[in-house]
Amino acid sequence: METLSAEVPLPAEGLLGWSWLLIALPLAGAAVLLLGGRRTDRWGHLLGTATVAGAFLLAVLCTVQLADVEGRSVDVDLFTFISTGELDVRAGLLYDPLSAVFVLLITGVGSLIHVYSIGYMAHDPARRRFFAYLNLFVAAMLLLVLGNSFVALYVGWEGVGLASYLLIAFWYTRPAAATAAKKAFIMNRVGDVGLALAIFVMFAQLGTTSYAGVFGSVGTLAGGTLTAIGLLLLLGACGKSGQFPLQAWLPDAMEGPTPVSALIHAATMVTAGVYLIARSAPIYDETPTARTVVLAVGAVTLLIGAIAGCAFDDIKKVLAYSTVSQIGYMFLAVGLGPAGYVAGLAHLLTHGFFKAGLFLGAGSVMHAMDDSVDMRRFGGLWKKLPVTFATFGLGYLALIGFPFLSGFYTKDAIIEAALDRDDVWGWVLGGVAVLGAGLTAFYMTRLMLMTFFGRARWEPGVHPHESPSVMTVPMVVLSLGSIGAGFLLVKAFPLSDWLEPVFGEHEAEHVVAPLTVGLVVTAVMLVGVLAAWLFVGRREVPDTAPVRVSPVTRAARNALYADTINESLVMRPGQWLTRALVWVDNRGVDGAVNGLAAGLGGSSSRLGRTQTGFVRTYALSMLGGAVLVAGALLAVTSG
Amino acid sequence: MTLTYYLVLAAILFTIGAVGVLVRRNAIVVFMCIELMLNSVNLTLVTFARATGTVDGQIMAFFVMVVAAAEVVVGLAIIMSIYRTRRSASVDDANLLKY
Repeated sequence: METLSAEVPLPAEGLLGWSWLLIALPLAGAAVLLLGGRRTDRWGHLLGTATVAGAFLLAVLCTVQLADVEGRSVDVDLFTFISTGELDVRAGLLYDPLSAVFVLLITGVGSLIHVYSIGYMAHDPARRRFFAYLNLFVAAMLLLVLGNSFVALYVGWEGVGLASYLLIAFWYTRPAAATAAKKAFIMNRVGDVGLALAIFVMFAQLGTTSYAGVFGSVGTLAGGTLTAIGLLLLLGACGKSGQFPLQAWLPDAMEGPTPVSALIHAATMVTAGVYLIARSAPIYDETPTARTVVLAVGAVTLLIGAIAGCAFDDIKKVLAYSTVSQIGYMFLAVGLGPAGYVAGLAHLLTHGFFKAGLFLGAGSVMHAMDDSVDMRRFGGLWKKLPVTFATFGLGYLALIGFPFLSGFYTKDAIIEAALDRDDVWGWVLGGVAVLGAGLTAFYMTRLMLMTFFGRARWEPGVHPHESPSVMTVPMVVLSLGSIGAGFLLVKAFPLSDWLEPVFGEHEAEHVVAPLTVGLVVTAVMLVGVLAAWLFVGRREVPDTAPVRVSPVTRAARNALYADTINESLVMRPGQWLTRALVWVDNRGVDGAVNGLAAGLGGSSSRLGRTQTGFVRTYALSMLGGAVLVAGALLAVTSG
Repeated sequence: MTLTYYLVLAAILFTIGAVGVLVRRNAIVVFMCIELMLNSVNLTLVTFARATGTVDGQIMAFFVMVVAAAEVVVGLAIIMSIYRTRRSASVDDANLLKY
């Protein structure tokens, strides 16, 4: 493997110099829709879709041109963002192979989901506001992946957090949605503090925050500082990507409209953590400790997500835990270092296709079932929703890693990379990943069986119908991605070649033959499918969830008590602390001030009583005073 | 000649004046009691002037009379104006100046 070069990228020329338009287009769309108000209601959704589709076309052209640039990396210098004292932050974009794949994913899947939303939100009176927020999200996300410094990334990072909050709480009159949005925002803040601190440390130690500057002088930093930066960046990544221990907000975020779940909470925003760690590869290359923690976080989250996914009856929550688990795979991959970056990013891209497709399918099912999400009241839908069933089924097969579909190639690549470590931990991580594949097959098969097969357990009065073509076409396109993306990215046009300028060349030395890995993973996957058929498929599914269940099931239904742990470790002590502080403030601080004021007021009103207004009282006091003075004089002179 | 008689008489007059100021309600009587106290002081002044053989005390007594005359003018005017507004010359009725 050759060392990563941190040379300054070439200045942008031609079309690439206009790549700031990628961000400006959706941002302008959001501004027009938000400022234009009701006047834009009639064509707002079309404008919103057009800006993102335009950005996608521009991204394709830019990427084609980028392929011809030497070093495949250009810098687009825009303006001075912050200049104060020694801090000088230039706002600029870095268009390199890594950002290019993210830009294509964001604008590509984003355009499809915008088209889908035209149909999905057709009857919502606030559709214009929805498209405005979606455009805002796309703009912020593009800034996140295109910025050429950690500060630019941070601006985008907070922007997507804001858009995520606004969209989870889109139906803000529902208390559950408002609460979920707050939860997502607050848990993200915890991670954001980590990212902000990492940037502060970089500036304090290196005096720069640009990628070129930071990565160029990583070698001059002490080991402890590097580990601190690595761990703080990881904290930020965990918050945004719903990784352990900050995973609890992501499933709750499903309170937002389904296209939001598909775009933000499955395909793009939650993968920002993976982008951050992949982008910071030169830092993690120097700090094995932080990299090991990334691995551990990935492995733990992978299992937590998969186990919790097995127990929920809410179709979107199962998919959400699946997302948590799949991002765990990506963290595991990027935690493996040079061997895993490409595998993790390939899985990120294919996951973006099939998970977005699955969410759009779930949205189509909800559309048909009067917005119900309870899989126990679905069943037998394959006949009523043929297109949804076909596209959802392809996404399902891609996710569980059915041979020759997307997930098969990219998930196997991660497991191979884990085993290639050739030590005990390699086997442990590989084992965890294989076990996760089995669990994935189990919960996704359970979802398929409960939703599309078996007896129809519909609520009375529900008449399922296929969605309009404006919704099914994006699903079909994404399902094509579910079929072919893995083959294209791993075999036909290897992503490793395209990303080589960023991560360097890596020749894998396989410990276990890829064929063996493929066979083992496929076998475990089939065991998972079979288990799901044994537990769910051949039995009658009860309309309500059984109450008497084993402790394991109860733990999984509670998502392994993540909320309980958060509440008892963080929330309650925090509440106690605030209550104690309020008490001290009321009784101690306020008490002292109020007591002093009351004492002064009381004594002055008592003294005031001596002022009676009667002349003789004053005369008596004057006389008394005069007698006292005369007495004192006598005592002094005669004594 | 002994001073004691004059001084005792002045003390008695001053005490009568002071008690009168403290216990009487009629503003005119209170006013006259004040005059009584001033004149007891005048008596003391001329007594000591006579005893020491100087005129300082007598001059001081003239000053006191002049000031007392001026005070009578102002004081009676105030009492008249209070009487006109309150239809009363009792000093207890003019008790607004308090807390």
